[in-house]
Amino acid sequence: MLQIGGASFVKPLLNAWSWLFLALILVFFEVYAQTQTGNTFLFRLYSIQSITIAASQILLMALGLTLVVVAGHIDLSIAFSSGFAAVVMALVINFVGSDAGLVAFLLGVVAGLAAGAIVGVINGWLVSRLDVPSFIGTLGTYGIARGAALIVAGGAVVSIQNDAARTFGNGDVAGVPIPVIVALALALFCHYVLTYTRFGVHTYALGASRASVERAGVDVKRHLMILFVLSALTAAAGGLVYTGRFSAGAANAGEPVLLYAVAAVFIGGASLTGGQGTVTGTVIGSLIIAVIQFGLVFSGLPPYWQFIAVGLVIIVAVIVDQSRDRIAGGRS
Amino acid sequence: MTALLEVDGLNKRFGGNEAVKDVSFTVSPGECVVLAGDNGAGKSTVIKMISGVYTPTKGEVRFKGKRLTGSSPEAVRRAGIETIYQDLSLADNLDPGLNLYLGREKMKRVMGIPVLDRAGMRSDAAKVMKGLGIEVPDPKAAVRELSGGQRQAIAIARAIHWEAQLVIMDEPTAALGVPEQREVMALIERLKARNVGIILISHNLPDIFAAADRIIVLARGVVGGSRKPSETTDEEIVRLMMGAAA
Repeated sequence: MLQIGGASFVKPLLNAWSWLFLALILVFFEVYAQTQTGNTFLFRLYSIQSITIAASQILLMALGLTLVVVAGHIDLSIAFSSGFAAVVMALVINFVGSDAGLVAFLLGVVAGLAAGAIVGVINGWLVSRLDVPSFIGTLGTYGIARGAALIVAGGAVVSIQNDAARTFGNGDVAGVPIPVIVALALALFCHYVLTYTRFGVHTYALGASRASVERAGVDVKRHLMILFVLSALTAAAGGLVYTGRFSAGAANAGEPVLLYAVAAVFIGGASLTGGQGTVTGTVIGSLIIAVIQFGLVFSGLPPYWQFIAVGLVIIVAVIVDQSRDRIAGGRS
Repeated sequence: MTALLEVDGLNKRFGGNEAVKDVSFTVSPGECVVLAGDNGAGKSTVIKMISGVYTPTKGEVRFKGKRLTGSSPEAVRRAGIETIYQDLSLADNLDPGLNLYLGREKMKRVMGIPVLDRAGMRSDAAKVMKGLGIEVPDPKAAVRELSGGQRQAIAIARAIHWEAQLVIMDEPTAALGVPEQREVMALIERLKARNVGIILISHNLPDIFAAADRIIVLARGVVGGSRKPSETTDEEIVRLMMGAAA
């Protein structure tokens, strides 16, 4: 009890550290830009668009993953449910033909989401019915989805010619890029599910104690299935945005984003042991990584530094998480 | 006969091993029956047959005169029998309100959208806990920040709130310090005052004598004896637990 009293002002600080950290790196890059080049870093449309587009790519992969991690699991297969969806979308658009325009695009979206959902159903089945640990199970489907995506794409990037898709990936509404709108809409939906619904409460409870949820009469198998399908679907949405953005579906569309997506979830306050994490946190985590990526490029530093910077932030996030647990007197 | 629960000739066989043989007893409203016995005596097997986790090989469980044997744990709980396991089945990261309502959460509508009624659940939890004589310092805090006795109170509050008429408690004081053990014993008294029947599993003699209206001693799967606390002694209970003939 003494501990809690003593830490009463440290705790909210630790809970808000990701916000502070985001503010800090923004200030850092702004000061750096002003003193080195005399230009502003943040206060120009191009910067804001670039950062939010990069963040939305990470966020789309990380949204469903956030719920999976809160439930005490992990989903590595998102790296390729996203690529698989991207490839399937491009193939369907080409199959329907470019004259069909919007119809081809919409069919591509549906097919891409369905392709992603298949990966999610396999994950859900492995984890909920066969009790395969999610780390191993989704590592398996990581490989399977990768192979499937490369096979259907014939090992190549599938180029498309579709205006609707191009607008979907590159257009904007009043200056706000459409990919950012898509990511925000899905983030809002996931936030609602996790914070305001029974499903959300059961997700948190599942992360703390499976027995508590089971004895409360919740169908845990069904719950896990929904979580993994949701995770695959948001990752697939990331793949669709990729196809639209580059007018091409690539099997490895999501691969480089996996590390960042996982990092965003943990920077945002989730814990490997489950039971913690928020969608807002993941949004901040995605923004932190996007600012680091863009900031380093903007500052003219070799882009490879971003890997080191993001790696360091992940480690800081874990240290903060652990000290927060210690202060709360929580058991892990 | 006004028995709330009648356990009639229960047998449970696991493969060739007869874990429970011909166990019968009754629990009346407001009565606390202690199932005492050493490890492996069959206490847990008996309560699992009552709570629906196991189906008895032979015998019957009746609750308020209705046959319960073979019902699912869900159906047993709906019928009014709440089982509190040693781990309390609490989600440590949620507040008392959400734990009270876990699986049956209260909802409300905000601008037509259904959302959790967190405040409502919190105040209900505080009310039920207050009825049990427990003040929760911070109703928004996660349950993990509460004491062992307070956590036990939430599990019991859950039973009361959902109007359980029989509560089965599995070693509720096993992991607690002395003051918290007292809190739990006081909670049991309050449950009895509400006319709730209780089956308490314990092998701790002071607890047994403090709580029991009747002590049923199990030894190697059979009822070794049934005693009122006023008519027996520590030594006799221990002797019965060790398997001496009644």
